[in-house]
Amino acid sequence: MGCDAAGVARAVRAAAELVTAHRDELVRLDQAIGDADHGENLKRGFGFVLAALDQSTPDTPGAVLKLVATTLISKVGGAAGPLYGTAFLRAATAVGAASELTPDLVSVALQAALDGVVARGKAEVGDKTMVDALTPAVEAARGSTVAEVLTAAAAAAEAGAESTIPLTARKGRASYLGERSAGHLDPGARSTSLMLRAFAEAAS
Amino acid sequence: MSRVGIVIVSHSARLAEGVVELAAQMAPDVTIVAAGGLDGGPGTDFDAVSDALATAQSGAGVVLLYDLGSAKMVADLAVEMLGDPNAAVVVDAPLVEGAVAAAAEAQSGADLDAVLSAAAAALAVPESEVDGQGGVELLLTNDVGLHARPAGLLARTLAGLDAQVDVAFGGRSTDARSPLGLMGLGATGGDRIRVSATGPDADEALSRVRALVDRGFDD
Repeated sequence: MGCDAAGVARAVRAAAELVTAHRDELVRLDQAIGDADHGENLKRGFGFVLAALDQSTPDTPGAVLKLVATTLISKVGGAAGPLYGTAFLRAATAVGAASELTPDLVSVALQAALDGVVARGKAEVGDKTMVDALTPAVEAARGSTVAEVLTAAAAAAEAGAESTIPLTARKGRASYLGERSAGHLDPGARSTSLMLRAFAEAAS
Repeated sequence: MSRVGIVIVSHSARLAEGVVELAAQMAPDVTIVAAGGLDGGPGTDFDAVSDALATAQSGAGVVLLYDLGSAKMVADLAVEMLGDPNAAVVVDAPLVEGAVAAAAEAQSGADLDAVLSAAAAALAVPESEVDGQGGVELLLTNDVGLHARPAGLLARTLAGLDAQVDVAFGGRSTDARSPLGLMGLGATGGDRIRVSATGPDADEALSRVRALVDRGFDD
């Protein structure tokens, strides 16, 4: 696909659909170790993202990403709003005014998103958060096409998300549970891997 | 005079409003704004926090206090979006005691740094080594000793008095106006605490504390 503004908007729509389709799964995961709102919050937030994209068509990939960021920040309560908002905002800044995303720009945007999430949430790999999915995704995000970059990132994010199951949470609401958080997939890591999977499929 | 403003960021509208109510008692001339809840339910609302920041800003700066982790993220993000790192600061402090301390400091006309310090200092339980001399020794006759409710009553009974009052137990001492500090002493029923006071109202302070302790904290 083309990675111009329209292509990126299609990828965002695909992510909205996939996250919405997995709402119940994310709620279940968050019920086990959090406050059970992650699935509904993301579904709701991406609903507003879709409405915003219907309203206006930003003319660069960066502007699309920024629209996603400001919508998620304003509409999603809980940690997911500011964290995903920051991720999309930093990615938007990283790609600047480019009219089309190259494989390199996608790698750079993913790195910027990770840096933003780490700065905002102060989480490290092993804390049982979305950082456990996003970090390996950034490391794996290489390829000669955007589809290759995102497919590699999505696969690494899925493995990273799975790796959170045995971990004891050290950040977020789940950290209040201490060792009882072990044995559960982290909902934030799961939603990160879902979004990257949707981006990869939209790019392929 | 323009005073430092305060924003209370919480997941709960009622919690934020309650903290504002409490802090406002200390500071009738300080703009303290609640930013709690999201669309009528629990959550933190970026737009509400941004609006509250604008309302609380009079030119002297704004201090933001928060309840749980993601409220801090929303507060940080709102400050970051202002683009002026000196206009507002998110402070790590216990929400209630930090807000009360910040409000009292802002009321006095202190600048942003001083208000931040006052809020952050509420985190540290004031405590010092004591030599066991001076003041009066009082026997705690209630079962729980200086637990939450009695500690709060003791701190409150000193309201309006111009006196520095310290309570010592087990080789440690704390400001009698700090419920957390009092609880931290770990004095329970049957223990003897030593209360000392200095300042113009020292005698009245000691007699109020003695009366409260003698009544068994009205348990």
